[in-house]
Amino acid sequence: MAIKEKSGIKKYLRLNKFPHIWCGGCGNGIVLRGILQGIDDLGLEQNKIVMISGIGCSSRMPGYVDFNTLHTAHGRAIAFATGVKLAKPDLHVIIITGDGDCAAIGGNHLIHAARRNIDLTVVILNNSIYGMTSGQYSPLTPYGSFATTAPYGNIEQSFDLCELVSSAGATYIARSTTYHAMQIPKLIAAGIENSGFSFIEIILHCHTYYGRKNKIGGPVEMMEWQKSHAVPISKKGSNIDMTGKFYIGELKKTRSPEYCKTYDELISATQRRKES
Amino acid sequence: MKKEYKLLQGNEACVEGALMAGVSFFGGYPITPSTEIAESLASRLPLTGGKFIQMEDEIGSIAAVLGASLTGAKAMTATSGPGFSLMQELIGFACITEIPCVIVNVQRLGPSTGGPTSPAQGDMLQARWGTHGDHNLIALCPTSIEETFYHTIKCFNLAEEYMVPVILLMDEVIGHMRERIKIPDQKELMIINRQQPSMPPEEYLPYRADERGVAVLANFGKGYRYHVTGLIHDETGFPTNDPKETSKLIRRINYKIENAKDKLLDFQKDNTEDAELIIFAYGSTARSALRSAHEAREQGMKVGTFIPKTIWPFPEKAIFELAEKVKTIMVCEMNLGQLVYEVERAVKGKARVELLSKASGELITPKDIMKKVVEVYN
Repeated sequence: MAIKEKSGIKKYLRLNKFPHIWCGGCGNGIVLRGILQGIDDLGLEQNKIVMISGIGCSSRMPGYVDFNTLHTAHGRAIAFATGVKLAKPDLHVIIITGDGDCAAIGGNHLIHAARRNIDLTVVILNNSIYGMTSGQYSPLTPYGSFATTAPYGNIEQSFDLCELVSSAGATYIARSTTYHAMQIPKLIAAGIENSGFSFIEIILHCHTYYGRKNKIGGPVEMMEWQKSHAVPISKKGSNIDMTGKFYIGELKKTRSPEYCKTYDELISATQRRKES
Repeated sequence: MKKEYKLLQGNEACVEGALMAGVSFFGGYPITPSTEIAESLASRLPLTGGKFIQMEDEIGSIAAVLGASLTGAKAMTATSGPGFSLMQELIGFACITEIPCVIVNVQRLGPSTGGPTSPAQGDMLQARWGTHGDHNLIALCPTSIEETFYHTIKCFNLAEEYMVPVILLMDEVIGHMRERIKIPDQKELMIINRQQPSMPPEEYLPYRADERGVAVLANFGKGYRYHVTGLIHDETGFPTNDPKETSKLIRRINYKIENAKDKLLDFQKDNTEDAELIIFAYGSTARSALRSAHEAREQGMKVGTFIPKTIWPFPEKAIFELAEKVKTIMVCEMNLGQLVYEVERAVKGKARVELLSKASGELITPKDIMKKVVEVYN
């Protein structure tokens, strides 16, 4: 669908970089739309936004947006972002990452950035597979699923990244899907507004590899699956059978000291001590 | 600040030099024998408004350093063998994206965990070739505490001037040895800051290099919105598969250093005029070499010394010129032979090349060198 001329988000796109590299029907575009809408709703200054990614399909997103953009090495986006944010806390730093980039090779940086509660907004596009390298299993590939490196079915357990970052110390955690596209901007905006580590997981389809390998069908069938397996967090506590299902919405909103602010207080305190 | 004398450890002198050069960001991970650099900067940086962070590992450390540098910070990390190995991928990232940074490697005995508190010079080639693909960078090697101070300043200057990672190759002896040095007034020093674009943002191309082949990267947040990627990119900064653009980028990031070689090279020659034998030594080993050369002269042997301070790029021309005049070049290094290959390549068969190697976790003493000099002099 062409973006309407009037749309507020068009100014954020590097239109001369299109067409994008993603497969026809990929969910990455839906997430991109949601992120830009969230940014537009906040009315942030374009020059103050830094978008940082690692390696993978979704990590190509920064190339298409007109911010300060940094496409780093596999798994390292959050560590680069930590340097950017700590050096210049007035910048809004948004990380785009995938399930392989964030949960496997970059897992340690994720844990420790959450633990520091540094003011970063991490958007993970979880498509349950390594798309860029054409279909290997990731730490978030469900048990029993097929991938090019799990030809007999995946014998590893996947895990809940939202729970991981919650115990590590993240102060804003949300989840949505590409089916629930209208929900994404609100979660992105709330994540950016949170003064601390924000983590937003978007579950999306990779019909090209995950869908094909697991005979699930195309984007439509996969989005139907998202619709039938996502349960609004507001229904938590009701008698819904959660087997194979997941909650969407704002999973955690809390407050704790933000790293860069605490560091600035430390600077002021040491300088006062030096003067006296 | 008035001139003052200080008794400093090499690692402390590195910190003093970094602060003098304007370091404003340190990201690191504790590792012997470099840890004092992190400890000292953790305490000193907040006093200057700078930022220190202890990252979760050395990969995260250099990543944070590169992120900070993109905002305009003068950023550094310090590590040792195992940590230096972990940083290699992102050293390549810094080379291709032309993000300046300073990486201090206080070398210890390897491979692997090796000897954490034992000196070595085992990372000399890794510094140059450790990351994959064709790349180029600068590495300096101090022989004293005073030189560590000045070399650290120089590392920052060169990083900012050439938009490249610069490596300070210390060794455990230099890192932990103490000597008295005179701290100069900052006004006496030349401090270089990276160029910033002057054209309006719509005309700005981050990787349209200047006449020296060096990119001009605007500090993030200053209104020049551009793209940085480790992929092959053209002058716009965006990825390209064009073979011409690919070759252009790879050649440029290599030749910007190669073409500046004459400016970058720094070496010390003593008593080479009439010498029959030249001792080639660097880092703490150079100290023993100077002492041995002096003793050899007293015993009537015509011995001189060649001490490279810039290791990469390598001073092959200067070594070839010496090789044409002397019988023997004797390379002394705390490894099983690394820079000796570079010396052999530079000598082009014009002189005999001998190697004194030591990989026992002990420094090379003047006695070790004298013994070898007597053995190979004739």
